[in-house]
Amino acid sequence: MNWTQKILAGDLRSVARLIRDIDDGIPEARAVLKELYPHTGRAYVIGITGSPGVGKSTLVDRMIQHLRARGKTVGILAVDPTSPFSGGAILGDRIRMQRHSTDEGVFIRSMATRGHFGGLTPSTRGAIAVLDAMGKDYILVETVGVGQDEIEIVRSAHTTLIVLVPGMGDDIQAIKAGILEVGDVFVINKCEREGAQKTRQELQMMIEMGKDRKAKGGWKPLIFMTEAVKNDGLEALMAGIEEHRGFLFKKDPAYLSEFQYSRARMELFDLVRQDVIQVIMDHLTQTGRWDHFVQELVQKKTDPYTLSKEIIARYLNAGNEPITDRLE
Amino acid sequence: MSSLFNKKQLEKVRAGREAWEKDLAGNLVQKPDRKARFSTVSDLEIKSIYSPEDIAHLDYEQDLGFPSQYPYTRGVQTSMYRGQLWTMRMFAGLGSAEDTNQRFHYLVQQGQTGLSTAFHMPTLMGYDSDSPLARGECGKCGVAIDTLKDMEILFDGLPIDRITTSMTINPPASVIWAMYLAMGEKRGILRSKLGGTIQNDMLKEFAAQKTFMCPIRPSLRVVTDTVEFGTKEVPRWNTISISGYHIREAGSTAVQELAFTLADGLAYVEDAMSRGLDVDDFAPRLSFFFNAHIDFFEEIAKYRAARRMWARFMKERFKAKNPRSWWLRFHTQTAGCSLTAQQPYNNVVRTALEALAAILGGTQSLHTNSLDEVLAIPTAEAATIALRTQQIIADESGVTHSIDPLGGSYFIEALTNQMEEEALAYIRKIDEMGGMVEALDRHYPQMEIADSAYKFQQQIDRGEKTMVGVNKYVTGEPPPVEILKIDPELEAKQIARLHQVKNDRNNKKVRECLERLGEACVNNENVMPFLIQAVKEYASLQECCDVYRKVFGRYRDPGIF
Amino acid sequence: MAGERKLRVLVGKPGLDGHDRGARIIARAFRDAGFEVVYTGLHQTPEEIVQAALQEDVDMIGLSSLAGAHNYLLPRVLELLKENKAEDIALVGGGIFPDADIVSLKQMGVKKLFTPGATLDDITNWVRENIKPRSL
Repeated sequence: MNWTQKILAGDLRSVARLIRDIDDGIPEARAVLKELYPHTGRAYVIGITGSPGVGKSTLVDRMIQHLRARGKTVGILAVDPTSPFSGGAILGDRIRMQRHSTDEGVFIRSMATRGHFGGLTPSTRGAIAVLDAMGKDYILVETVGVGQDEIEIVRSAHTTLIVLVPGMGDDIQAIKAGILEVGDVFVINKCEREGAQKTRQELQMMIEMGKDRKAKGGWKPLIFMTEAVKNDGLEALMAGIEEHRGFLFKKDPAYLSEFQYSRARMELFDLVRQDVIQVIMDHLTQTGRWDHFVQELVQKKTDPYTLSKEIIARYLNAGNEPITDRLE
Repeated sequence: MSSLFNKKQLEKVRAGREAWEKDLAGNLVQKPDRKARFSTVSDLEIKSIYSPEDIAHLDYEQDLGFPSQYPYTRGVQTSMYRGQLWTMRMFAGLGSAEDTNQRFHYLVQQGQTGLSTAFHMPTLMGYDSDSPLARGECGKCGVAIDTLKDMEILFDGLPIDRITTSMTINPPASVIWAMYLAMGEKRGILRSKLGGTIQNDMLKEFAAQKTFMCPIRPSLRVVTDTVEFGTKEVPRWNTISISGYHIREAGSTAVQELAFTLADGLAYVEDAMSRGLDVDDFAPRLSFFFNAHIDFFEEIAKYRAARRMWARFMKERFKAKNPRSWWLRFHTQTAGCSLTAQQPYNNVVRTALEALAAILGGTQSLHTNSLDEVLAIPTAEAATIALRTQQIIADESGVTHSIDPLGGSYFIEALTNQMEEEALAYIRKIDEMGGMVEALDRHYPQMEIADSAYKFQQQIDRGEKTMVGVNKYVTGEPPPVEILKIDPELEAKQIARLHQVKNDRNNKKVRECLERLGEACVNNENVMPFLIQAVKEYASLQECCDVYRKVFGRYRDPGIF
Repeated sequence: MAGERKLRVLVGKPGLDGHDRGARIIARAFRDAGFEVVYTGLHQTPEEIVQAALQEDVDMIGLSSLAGAHNYLLPRVLELLKENKAEDIALVGGGIFPDADIVSLKQMGVKKLFTPGATLDDITNWVRENIKPRSL
């Protein structure tokens, strides 16, 4: 049995090892991902994001419980930040879901951001693909609570959950429009705390005031109140997610194809961008040219625009004027 | 506000100090200090010398008082150790109930004046010896107690109507206490005669010791049930031992130990009062449990600050009227985390210093660690040395002759004030969060403790803090001590006994009792009477705890670093 | 940089004991040393620990044991690793171990047991030198 077959058969260790290879950038992993690609697209991906301390992991733990009760299999990716100083990371989200670790229908994997911003890692998509190919019905991706600008999860998820806690008060106002555009479902967790209703009202108001949400097919985000620790509000939340799923897949075929197009476009774009930069950077660093260029900048011997043009000319075989012209 | 020193005197002192500092500056050139900074084991910076200037505003009457006078800084009882020594209460528990019973008798013969029980891990966590989770843990760090039968064997031949018993148990404390009370009943002893303590402090479990079972709020509710029951039915019993010991062992500083312990206490008082209990009815029976760590003066100051702070909280915040409500009475244990596996005989010295600090701090009851306690449950010989340590301090050293002998020391009073101030800052923060229960939900104490623990380890690794035998004066030899081994057959024997008990009892009655217990949990009735009924029928510890787990749910480690 | 493997380590506490000061400190130290640490926390059964180790594809399992249950818990983890054909995941322990037990545990397959006195640097250096990312 080769890699691909093992993964399609759901072999635990192969899945675990492939995810690692993807994470570590092992070139051979690509070949496997290529073979797996046709087998992906079945799983329903839910992204869960929010600031630290809002209770994402506990919420995910309860969501797993509910999905399992419905007989669904679940893959979980829990992303935590890499320390910028040491390059290491404590991956501690799993601890809140550990009771599911001996359930064969659940696969939990912790990943570190490895310096990447936006709440996800470059290898998250690959990991999602593997869990998808492995046969998981649902994939939950829990991301680092992040400053509200780049919510990357929306690029990979079907439904994006944004988790908040009451008492964020002024913070809600400060939350940039980005987060409101991106969330399909909002969860106010720890809802027994003071200020829960107020937070809900403020959020509701901001949603109403928000743009048409054409980009989301006109879906109006739902708000749910939960007390994850007590498993309160989860039934409603899960139903809400299914509602969005229904909207996505059944309500509007035009929107669905738009969504799928957009998703594929983002996947390709991200990969091409990643690959191009990596190929160029690898070569530049290996040959020492990179350091040389940076030094030149420090000494103000040249400027970044000139350098960039030079680099592109060299690596993209674009010595012809038309392409470089566009950069002037 | 009167001060102890008048302006003129302080002027003279200041002049003297300035002259000394000048001298010092000159001195330092040729004889630099041994270290750049002198600080306690908690990293609290200590000055070169303290003088009247450092306590210029100290008011004897308001800040110190005499023993048994508000705010009790100098002691709660009128004659303190001159009238009665602290209780020498050695923590003991190993293997089977028979083994521990033997150790109890031995210690009493050697002169200990109160019993203190250590339970094994499964009991501490609310599991029976036959639970799959108990595999490998039976009898290893304390005595195995599964049913009332074990309890009866444990205290066989011991006069529980005359001697007080402390039981270190937390999530299942209500069940264990029910067993003790049921045992008393069977012996024909009136509940009003039974004296002792159950640790029963769940808040510190979430912060530090981490033996937890059910979530925070239901755990607190059961604790208050015991307080309520004790107040009405077992008046001589201390139903909570509000603990700082474990907080310190988890790595907190002395100030954090002080602050978080008192904050826990405030939460318990609030909860009991919210149930309609009169503060003066239950407060006199709240007791505390502190650590005695190796930094001598920091510990003494901590205890004195604790007494003063608690008295003020009880009087001002809770408006308690009975002076006994204002008393902070405490048990102390010398610091387990200060002991080393390397060169274990050094631990005898550490324990002696720590015990001395606790006594100079006015503790009501004391456990001294044995030299081999880092490695295993103490042997009888090691436990005896630990007990003798207390007896030598009590009978030979003379420190008990005068109450609060360090009172008035410029250093001690300044340090007491400083610790109070810093602890109050933490408590204020916790108040702002809405109290300790909220703070625990937000993982505030847990994070503070984790940070302190990590910092200390780094200081040890870098040699900034010293542990003799570990990072200084290191020798390569392995520990030369004999350690206690637990009978490997114990697990099988204990399981057999448990099954026998389950066989012999009236299982129908047990089921009914457990059902009624469950209903009481759901209906917010006090659980104690139902527990006593159940354990009398020989319901097991786990059977009762499983009811709790079913109704209240489980609490899982949130993993705070 | 592509192709460079990070060391992945699981840190946890098996059994009922809740004294996790050491485990938490080690987790931090490992992070500061550049490892990715999957922290599984308290009250874990050997089964839960091993399943986590498999899913997380760790190179090493570091368990803290202070309350004397090591003679059951550590061998049980080894047994489960064997059952799952994952004996290449190194098992390392930290805590209190009588000398005789250290010998027997190592014979059974525990790679290393750290006892009191080991500094954080000692431990992380040992890991760096002795634990390599595994190849399947």
